[in-house]
Amino acid sequence: MSEHKGVFVFSDKHDLALEILGKSKEIADRLQTELTAVLIGHNVQDKANEMIECGADKVYLADNQALERFQAEAYLGILHGLAVTYKPEIILIGSTKNGKPLAARLATRLETGCVPDCGRLSIDEQGRLVGDRITYGGNAVAKVTFKKKPQIATVPVRAFEKPEPKDRNGQLVKLDVKIAEPKTEIVETKPLETSNVRMEEAEVIVSCGRGLDKKEDKVLLEELATTLCGQVGCSRPLAEDRKWFSEWVGLSGHKVKPKLYIACGISGVIQHVAGIRDAKVIVAINKDPEAPIFEIADYGVVGNLYEVLPALKEAVRKQLQQS
Amino acid sequence: MKQAVDVSQLKVDSATRQLMTVSAPRKMSDFDKNALEEAIKIKEKLGGAEICTVTVSSEDAKAVLREALAMGADRAYLVRDPGFEDIDTSGTAFILAEAIRKIGECSLILCGETSLDSFSGLVGPRLAELLNLPQMTSVRKITAEGDTVIVERTLEDAVETVKAKMPALVSVTREINQPRIPSLMMIMKASKKEIVAWTALDLNLEKDELASKIELVEVLAPKTERKKIRITGENPQEIADKLAKALIQEGVIGR
Repeated sequence: MSEHKGVFVFSDKHDLALEILGKSKEIADRLQTELTAVLIGHNVQDKANEMIECGADKVYLADNQALERFQAEAYLGILHGLAVTYKPEIILIGSTKNGKPLAARLATRLETGCVPDCGRLSIDEQGRLVGDRITYGGNAVAKVTFKKKPQIATVPVRAFEKPEPKDRNGQLVKLDVKIAEPKTEIVETKPLETSNVRMEEAEVIVSCGRGLDKKEDKVLLEELATTLCGQVGCSRPLAEDRKWFSEWVGLSGHKVKPKLYIACGISGVIQHVAGIRDAKVIVAINKDPEAPIFEIADYGVVGNLYEVLPALKEAVRKQLQQS
Repeated sequence: MKQAVDVSQLKVDSATRQLMTVSAPRKMSDFDKNALEEAIKIKEKLGGAEICTVTVSSEDAKAVLREALAMGADRAYLVRDPGFEDIDTSGTAFILAEAIRKIGECSLILCGETSLDSFSGLVGPRLAELLNLPQMTSVRKITAEGDTVIVERTLEDAVETVKAKMPALVSVTREINQPRIPSLMMIMKASKKEIVAWTALDLNLEKDELASKIELVEVLAPKTERKKIRITGENPQEIADKLAKALIQEGVIGR
C-alpha cells in the first residue's frame, strides 16, 4: 500500500476542479506529497495555468478533438492509465452527473473503494483519507475511510471554496493518449433551461413547497427574491411531481449553502432538510404549526404564505431604504 | 433491486445521535421501483421479453421480491448470505454480476440511479464496468428498438440523447415514471410464484473477492443548532416587520 504516492484531481466541470484543487492542496501538504490535476478535453490548455494557480504542482493534459465532450470509456481509459502508471494514493473526482459514475467505474477497474459525495475531507492519524457524507436520506452523516489504495472519493459542487489564485510554478505535461472506443453515442444535446446563477452560489434563496397552490403563484416568491437579490427554489414535489420547476433543493437535487434560506409552505422532510443544512439562517413560513421545518429553522412564522410573503417584501424594502 | 431502509420511518436516538436502523422498516428502494416499472412498460410495448429481478442482501428480502413479482416481474432471485452484511458497493456489484451471468443472457439491465438510504449511486456503474457494458446514467426516458436502446439523460445543464447497442445498463431517475400499485389479483398470483434463493456458495463467490474496500468510522445524526425563534404578531404586517428587522440584524440581507 505504501508505494502509492500523490494526490490526483479530475472534474469534467472546470470550476469544480478548481474548488477541489483548493482543498487537495491542504491534503497534499499534510501528506507532503505532490498535487496533480488531470485536464481532459479539446482546446483546453489555457485552463491548465488556472489549475496551477489554484494549487496543482503538475497538470496532465489530454487534449484531443475526440475528447471535446465527456465520453465515459475514453475519459475512464485516460484516468485508469494514469492511475496505473503513477500510482496516486488519492484520486478526487468532481461529483457531477458524469463524474460520479466515472469514479465508480475507475474504482472498479482499479479494484478499490470509492466514497461518493464527500462534503468534508480529512486525513487521519494513519495518513488515510476520511470522507464525510450524508446518508440514510439525510438522517445521518457517515465518516468513511479506506482499506485500499488508491483511495477514490467524489466531491460535490461548492463543498469547498475556490481558492484565491496565486502566482506559482507548475509543470504542464501533455499526454499522448490512446482513446478508447466509445460504447455509447451522443445523438443530441439540448441545453436545459436553468437559472443563470447556480443555485449552489445563491446568497439568498426563497423556496416553496406543496403549500404553493398554483404555478402562477411563483410570482410571489420571485418578487421577494428580487427584493432580496436572491433566487427562487422549490422542494422536490414541485419539480418532479407537479413539473412547475426544472430543478429543486434537497438531497437528490441542489445542496445549497446560502446566507438566507426562506422555506415557504415546505413541510421539511428529511431529504429536503439535508439540502439546506449548511444555510446560515433558515426562515420557515408554514400554516401548520407542527410542520417539522420549524425544528430546523432559526425563525419560524406560523401563517399563510400568501399573506406573509407580500408583507415581508414590503417590510424589507422599507427597512432597507431607511438604513 | 435493493431492499432499503425506509428512511422516512427511521428513528434517531437523540442522546447518542445513533440511528436505529435495525428496527427500521424495510421496503423496495424507490428508484429501483421506477426501474422495474420501466422494465414492465418496455415489456408491454415489445412483448416477448422476460423480466428478472435480482436482490443481494444479508437479510430476508422476500417481501420486496414478492412485491416485484406482483408488479409484473416474471422471475425473482434472492442472493442472500449472512456474510454479505459487511460488503460495500464493490461487493454488491460483484455479486450482481455473477448472478446475472448465472441467470444467462440479458439485453437490458435497469437499475435505480441511487437509493434513498445509502445514497451512493455507485452500484450501477460498477456493474456496467464488471460486465463490460455500455452505461447510461441519470436517465429519464428509454426507448428500445431492435438491438438499440436510446435514452434521455438529465445532466446539470443539458439533456443528452444517447444511443447504445444492447446489451446495455441504464440507471433511471424517479421522474421517469409513476410505478404502478399491484392489484389484489396480481398479489395473489405473485404469492404462488417461486423466488429462487442463492447463497454465496451457489455463485462460487470467494470471500476475498467480496471484501469491503472501505471502512465505516462512524454514522451519526447531524447536530442541528438552530435558534428556533417563533415570530408572532397581530397581523402579517407586524410579523413581516419583525422578521425583516431580525434578518437585517443577522446581516443576511441588504449590503
